[in-house]
Amino acid sequence: MTSQASWWERLRNNSLFWPLVALALVMGFNLLFTPNFFRLEIKDGHLFGSLVDVLNRGAPLMLMAIGLTAVIATAGVDLSVGAVAAICAAVATRLVGNVTDVTATPLPLVILVTLGVAILCGLWNGLLVSRANIQPMVATLVLMVAGRGIAQLITDGQIITVYYPPFFYFGAGYLLGLPFTLFIVAAVFLFAWLITRRTAIGLFVESVGTNASSSYYSGVNEKNIKLVAYVFCSFCAGIAGIIISSNVKSADANNVGLFMELDAILAVVIGGTLMSGGRFSLAGSVLGALLIQSVTTTIYAFGVPPEVVLVVKSLVVLFVVLLYSEPMKVALDKLARRKGVQA
Amino acid sequence: MNVRSVLYAILIGALMLSLVGCTTVAPAAPAAEAPAGDQAAAPAAEMAGKTFEDLVVGYAQIGAESEWRTANTQSIKAEAERLGVELKFSDAQQKQENQIKAIRSFIAQQVDVIGVSPVVETGWETVFQEAKDAGIPLILVDRRAAVPEELYVTYLGSDFVEEGRRAGQAMADILGGEGKIVELVGTVGSAPANDRYSGFREAITEYPGMEIIASQSGDFTRAKGKEVMEAFLKSYGDEIDALYAHNDDMAIGAIQAIEEYGLKPGEDIKIVSVDAVRGAFEAMIEGKLNCTVECNPLLGPQFFDLALKVVNGEEVAKWVPSEEGVYFPEQAAELLPTRQY
Repeated sequence: MTSQASWWERLRNNSLFWPLVALALVMGFNLLFTPNFFRLEIKDGHLFGSLVDVLNRGAPLMLMAIGLTAVIATAGVDLSVGAVAAICAAVATRLVGNVTDVTATPLPLVILVTLGVAILCGLWNGLLVSRANIQPMVATLVLMVAGRGIAQLITDGQIITVYYPPFFYFGAGYLLGLPFTLFIVAAVFLFAWLITRRTAIGLFVESVGTNASSSYYSGVNEKNIKLVAYVFCSFCAGIAGIIISSNVKSADANNVGLFMELDAILAVVIGGTLMSGGRFSLAGSVLGALLIQSVTTTIYAFGVPPEVVLVVKSLVVLFVVLLYSEPMKVALDKLARRKGVQA
Repeated sequence: MNVRSVLYAILIGALMLSLVGCTTVAPAAPAAEAPAGDQAAAPAAEMAGKTFEDLVVGYAQIGAESEWRTANTQSIKAEAERLGVELKFSDAQQKQENQIKAIRSFIAQQVDVIGVSPVVETGWETVFQEAKDAGIPLILVDRRAAVPEELYVTYLGSDFVEEGRRAGQAMADILGGEGKIVELVGTVGSAPANDRYSGFREAITEYPGMEIIASQSGDFTRAKGKEVMEAFLKSYGDEIDALYAHNDDMAIGAIQAIEEYGLKPGEDIKIVSVDAVRGAFEAMIEGKLNCTVECNPLLGPQFFDLALKVVNGEEVAKWVPSEEGVYFPEQAAELLPTRQY
C-alpha cells in the first residue's frame, strides 16, 4: 500500500503531472473524435499535420508563457505582452517595407532593432515596477493600452503587408523538416532554463517572489532581478511578434497578440506556477501553452460552432484549474488511498 | 428659414465686418436674406433654391479605426471640396461623448444637415431630439442607431445581407451550382458577420448541390483566417471545393494556408470574399481569389446628394443602400490603380 501511494504522490507532486494529464485528455478526445488529427505526412520535404500546426501556431504563446513565467515567479505579472508583440510586429514589417522581394533594411538589422524595441518596452515595465514601485498589474496595464496605440502609430493605423520572402522564414519556414518556430522556442527555452537552473539567478527569482524584502536583506538585489525578469518577458513577446507578423506576412496593429496576455497567464498558471510568485516551472508553462493551443486547434478540427467556442474553451480551463484546487487534491488522495488498501 | 435665423445671419455678418473688416463676408448676409425673402413671396421657390454651394453640413465621424474608415473620411472630405459644400468635420476618436458634443456644436452653428456614423447603437435619443427640435435633418451613415425612426431622416449604408446574397450568387456561378464550401465567419455577433452569414445561405438554397461543410469564426483577421483554414484543410482536405470568407483579410490569410497545404487557391479551392480592399485585387491579379463583393466606404457622393435632397424637401427613403459592386479577376488589373482603400 505505502509503495503505491508514495508512487502516486511523487507523480502527482511533479509540477508537470497535471498539464500532462490534461494534454493527454485533449489528445485522447482527438483520437476518438477527430480521426485526421494524428495523421502526419511529409509534404514539400517537411512534416505536415494537425500536431505540427499545434506546435507551430502555439509557438508565440509558448514564448510569451516562458517570459511570463519569470515575471510571475517574482510575484509580478505582465499584461503588456500582447501589446509588445503588436509593437514589434509593426516595427519589423515597417523596417522590411512593402516592396516585392526587396527589404528596406537588412534582415539582421530588422531583427536587432525589433528586439531592441522589445527590450526598451521591458525596461519601461521593469523600471515602473522595480524603481517606481508601482503594482505590476497597473504598471504593465499602461503599456498594454498605450502599446497598441504606439503600434497603430507605427503602422499609420493600416495593415502593413510585406513581400520579402526571407522574412517569412521565421514564422512559416522549415528546418530539418520541422517548423522553424520550434527551434526558436527551443532556443529561448534552453536559454531560460540554463540561466535559471544552472546559475543562482533562478533561486534569486524564486526568493524575490516568495519574499522580496527578506531577499533584499539577504543581499539579493531584488530590484534588478525584477527588472531583468520584465526585460526578458518583453524580449520573448518581441520574438513572438516577429513570428506572428512573419507567419501572416503582415502586421495588423489592432489584432496582433490581442488578448494573448490572458492566454499566456493562463498557460503559466496551468503549468503550476503560482500567481503569488515563488517556485516556477518553465516546462510547465510550455506545456500549458501547448494545452491551450491544442484545445483551440481541436475546436477548429472538430467543428465546434463558432458561437460556443469560448464556452467550450472556458469549460476545459475550468476543468484543468479545478484539478489543481486543494479540495480536489484531498479527494484524489482519498481515492488513491482507498484503492491502495483494496489492492 | 425663419426670421430669427436671418437676424442671426445679419448680426453675425455685421459683427464680423466690424471686427475684421473682411470684405468677403459682406455678400454672405444678403445671400442668407434672399431665400427668406423668396419664401415670403412664393414658398415653392425655396425648393429649387439650395445648391451644393450654399449647403452647410456638419459631419460627426467615428474616428480612424480602420483603413475602411480612413477611406470613408477621405471620400467625404474630398467630395465636399469638389462640390463646394461647406463641411464642418469632427473626429470623435471612437468616443460617443465626443460625437454628442460635435452634434450639439453643429446645432449651435445652425448647419443645414448633420451626418453621423454612430460609434455605438444606443444612447442617441436626447441629442437626436435636440437636432430635430432645431429643425436640422439628420442622416445616419454606415452605422445604425437604436432610435425611433422619426428622429433621423434616412440611413445611408451597406446592406450586409445583400452582400452575402451577392457572394452566394457569385459562388454559385463560379462553382456551377455544385460543390462543398467552407466558411470563415467574421467576429461572432457582429452585424456584418450575422448578415453575410444569412444572406449567403439564402442565395445558395436554390442550388441543392452546394453544401457548407464547415463554418468557423476567423474574427475578421488574417492570422485567425489562416489558422482556421489550416484546421479545415486538415479535417476535410481535398473535399473542399470552395471558401467563402466574410472579409478579404481572412481570405488572404486562408490563401496562405491553402498554398502551404500544397493546393492552388483560386483553382483547386475557389474563393469568394467581401470588402474589395486593395489586397483582394492584388490576390485576384495573381489568380488566387475568384471574386470579391464590395463593401463601399466611398460614401461621399451619395451622402451629399442625399443631404441636398433632404434640405430641398425632397422625399428620401428611410434606408438608402450604398452603391456596391461585385468584382472578378478579369477586371482586377484594370481596377487596382483606382482603388482608394
